Amino acid sequence: MAPNPYFFIVIFVGVALVFPLLPLALAWLWRKAFQPPKPGAEKNAIYECGVESIGDAQIQFRSQYYLYAIIFLIFDVEAIFLVPFAVAFTGLPVGAFIAILVFLLLLIEGLVWAWSKGCLNWAK
Amino acid sequence: MSEIDEGLRSELQRQGVWVTSMQELYNWGRKNSIWPLQFGLACCAIEMIATAASRYDIARFGGEVFRPSPRQADLMIVAGTVTKKMAPQIVRLYNQMPDPKYVISMGACAISGGPFKTGYNVLKGIDRYIPVDVYIPGCPPRPEALLHAFMELQRKIDNQKLTGSNKAEHLDSEQLSEFPVPAFGAHDLEPPANPDVFHPMKIERQQ
Repeated sequence: MAPNPYFFIVIFVGVALVFPLLPLALAWLWRKAFQPPKPGAEKNAIYECGVESIGDAQIQFRSQYYLYAIIFLIFDVEAIFLVPFAVAFTGLPVGAFIAILVFLLLLIEGLVWAWSKGCLNWAK
Repeated sequence: MSEIDEGLRSELQRQGVWVTSMQELYNWGRKNSIWPLQFGLACCAIEMIATAASRYDIARFGGEVFRPSPRQADLMIVAGTVTKKMAPQIVRLYNQMPDPKYVISMGACAISGGPFKTGYNVLKGIDRYIPVDVYIPGCPPRPEALLHAFMELQRKIDNQKLTGSNKAEHLDSEQLSEFPVPAFGAHDLEPPANPDVFHPMKIERQQ
């Protein structure tokens, strides 16, 4: 009589349980018989790179960081556009020159607006 | 856990019966799977890397698994100059290693400060704060020297006793596994050495 086809699954589950649990049980028995546990403040410390941890990991970042990041990003992109503009400056037609000046003006206007709004003052 | 008679053992081995004791099995397993802490300080660390790489191949002795976490390491190879800024971190890392744990002091700097001994910022030997099992002289020691130290450590582990009055330190509940971390003082680390660990040789001058 052929065994139930699902019987092998049962064997697999049994092996999957015994394989990790047996070494753990042996280690537990070994500790009971021979090796006394030696816990300590530093051994049980959460951080493990040799440096003492300071403060709490659960901190919140201020939203002002994001404002600074966005302003930085805008002028970062501006610098990328300015380099090809400066390289091709002598060969540019008047229309392209005015276009890039408008682009610069928009960004400078944005900076003036952010400045006057007080975004660059680090509020405590 | 008495020792097995060597004659009886070889006689049985010839008959295809392999006899061992719990202690031998335990030490055999431990000595062939020493996991060092992945931790280098100066030029000795380059030699340590060479030892781990294929030409010298510390994997032949079961020590290739360099762990980046002290929780998983058995052996700390203090490879290089220990500055006074670094010493508390080393002691703390040693404290965070689980027992049994061993220390190899690699090179002149880790032993005594080496060529930088007179430096104001150099610790004059890591054995001032943590117990060292094997010292390797050299500046820096060649990879063969590190392998030799590794084999010496394996020999030491092989001879550790599981029971009795002279059993291994990590099995003795009286022996501490954490050592006090030195603090930064005004001019030096405080204390400058741990008297429980540091036993320098007394120099007696004769007339």
